[in-house]
Amino acid sequence: MIKDKIIKKIKKLGRRDERYKLLVHVILLSGVFWMMLPFIWMISTSVKELEQIFTTPPELFPTSIQFGSYKEALDIIPMFKYFFNTFVIVFGRLGGEIFVSALVAFGFARFEFPGKKVLFIVLLSLMMMPYEVTMIPTYIFWAKLGFSDSYLPLIIPSYFGTVTFIFFLRMYYSTFPKALEESAYIDGASSWQVFWKIYVPMSKPALITMGLWSFMGTWNDLLGQLIYINSSDKFTVQLGLASFSSITGGQTPYNALMAASLMALLPIILAFLFAQKYFVDGIKMSGIKG
Amino acid sequence: MNNKWTGLKFLSPWLAGIVIFILFPMLFAAYISLTDWPILGKAEFIGFQNYVDIFKDELFWQSLKVTVKFAALAVPLGILTAFSMAFLLNSKIKFVSFYRTIYYMPAVVSGVAVAVIWKWILNPNYGIANGVLGFVGIQGPNWLGDPNYVLPSYLLIAIWGAGGGILTYLVGLKDISTSLYEAAEIDGAGFWGKLFKVTIPLMTPIFYYNLIMGTIAAFRKFTDAYIIGGAGREGDFFMVHLYNNAFTYYRMGYATALAWILFVILLGLTLFINYTSKKWMHEG
Repeated sequence: MIKDKIIKKIKKLGRRDERYKLLVHVILLSGVFWMMLPFIWMISTSVKELEQIFTTPPELFPTSIQFGSYKEALDIIPMFKYFFNTFVIVFGRLGGEIFVSALVAFGFARFEFPGKKVLFIVLLSLMMMPYEVTMIPTYIFWAKLGFSDSYLPLIIPSYFGTVTFIFFLRMYYSTFPKALEESAYIDGASSWQVFWKIYVPMSKPALITMGLWSFMGTWNDLLGQLIYINSSDKFTVQLGLASFSSITGGQTPYNALMAASLMALLPIILAFLFAQKYFVDGIKMSGIKG
Repeated sequence: MNNKWTGLKFLSPWLAGIVIFILFPMLFAAYISLTDWPILGKAEFIGFQNYVDIFKDELFWQSLKVTVKFAALAVPLGILTAFSMAFLLNSKIKFVSFYRTIYYMPAVVSGVAVAVIWKWILNPNYGIANGVLGFVGIQGPNWLGDPNYVLPSYLLIAIWGAGGGILTYLVGLKDISTSLYEAAEIDGAGFWGKLFKVTIPLMTPIFYYNLIMGTIAAFRKFTDAYIIGGAGREGDFFMVHLYNNAFTYYRMGYATALAWILFVILLGLTLFINYTSKKWMHEG
C-alpha cells in the first residue's frame, strides 16, 4: 500500500518533470526562431529576386534563388578592398593590444611596487571612463600631427595596453601558483624570461580569448573609423556598408545590401562558431562571481 | 634581479599611455570645452558659454530624453531577458549547447550590418516584422517612421541582442550549491519560492555587474542610432548629437562640453547604483 503510493508519487513527479522539460524546450525553441529571424531574413532577402523583395505581405522564404546580388554588392562597394583595409587595422592592433596588456597584467599580478594600490584604482576607474571625453582632444592631437585619414590613430594607442584586457589577464595571472616561477628565478632567470617563457605560453587560451575580443572590437568599431578615415579607398567594412545606401540612392537594392551585410558579418560569425570555447572561457575567466 | 621597481617596468607602456592618451587629453578637454573652436580657426576662450548654450539647446534635451528613456527601459528589460534565458538554459535538458550558441550569436554580431538588417526588418511595407504581425492578424505600425514607435523599435533590437549577459548568469547559476535548494525544499519552498528566496538573491552581484555595464553601454549607444535614426528626432541619441556637433558641424568646444556632461552623468549613475547596491546586493 505504502509502496504503491511511493511509486505513484515518483511517477507523478517524473511526469511533472517531463512536462516541465517539454515546456522549457517549447520556450527555448520559440526563442531560437526569434533570435534567428534577422539572420534568416538577411540570407533570404539576399538570394531573392528584386521583384519578390517588394511584395506585400512580405514572404519569409524566397520562391526562386539567385546569387547575382552578391556580385552586385561587390560592384557597388569594393568589399574585398574593405576587408583588406579592416584586416590591416585588426592585425595592426592585435599584437600590441595583447602583448602589452599581458606585460602590464604580469606586472600587476606578480610584483609589489610603490603606488600599486593607487594604480589599480586608476585601472578600475579607466574601465568606466567614457572615452568620449578624450575622443575630441585625441582627434585634434592626431590631426595636428598630420595623421588624420590614416590608420595610425586607430592602431598606435593599442601599443599602450587596453584596460579591460589588463584587468582580465591580471586576474588570470593571479591564479598561477608562485612555485611556477620560483625555481626559474633560482636558476637565474630574469623577470622578463619568466614572463616570456612561462607566463605567455601558459596563458595561451586567455590570450586567444583576448585576441578574439580585440578582433571583434576592431571589426565592429564604427565611431573610431568614422572619425579618422575620410577617403573612400581607405574605408573599412563598417564604413563601406554605411556608405552603401548613399551610393545606390533612391530605391535600395535590398538583396545586394543584405548580401553585403552577410559578408560583413561572416568573419565574426565564423570566429564565434569556431572559437566558441574561448568566448565561454573568457567569461568564466573574468571571474564575475560576486 | 627583481626589486621594487621591477613591477613598474612592466607597467611602463601603460603608464606612458595614461599620460599621452588620458591625462593630457583630459586636461586639454577641460580647456577645449571652455572655448569656441571651429576646428580650422583659432580657439577663442569663452568661459562656460558652451555649457550655458547646451542647457538652452532643445536638441540637447531631446537627445538626453531619448537616451534616458531608452536606458531606463532597455537595461532592465535586457537583464530580465538574459537572466530568464540563462535560467532556462540551466535546466537539465538536451541540446543546451545548441541553444546557447544560438542565443549568444546576436550578442556577438554588431556594427553597421546589424543596424542595416534591422532597418530592413522594420520596413513598414516590405519588412518581416510587419509580415509576422500581419500573419497573426495585427496591422503592424510604421516603426521608425512613426515617432511613437521609434523607442519600441530600439527596445526590440536591444532585447534581441541581450544574450550577451547569459554567460555571466550561467556562471553564477552553476555556482549555487544544490544544498541551498534542498534546504529551501525542506522549508516547503516550491518553484517560485526557490526562485525568489534562493536564486535571485544569490544572483544580485551579477545583476549589479550587468546593471552598471548595461547603463554605460546604453548611454554610449552610437552605431545603430547613427545608421537607423528615427522619425521626429526620437532616434537622436546623445552620442549621435555629440558626434554631429564635433564632426559634422566642427563645434569642438561645444561637443567636448557635451562629452563632459556625459562623463558626469555616467559617473553619477555608477556611484548611485553602487550606493543603492548596498541595500539590495547579497554579500557573497
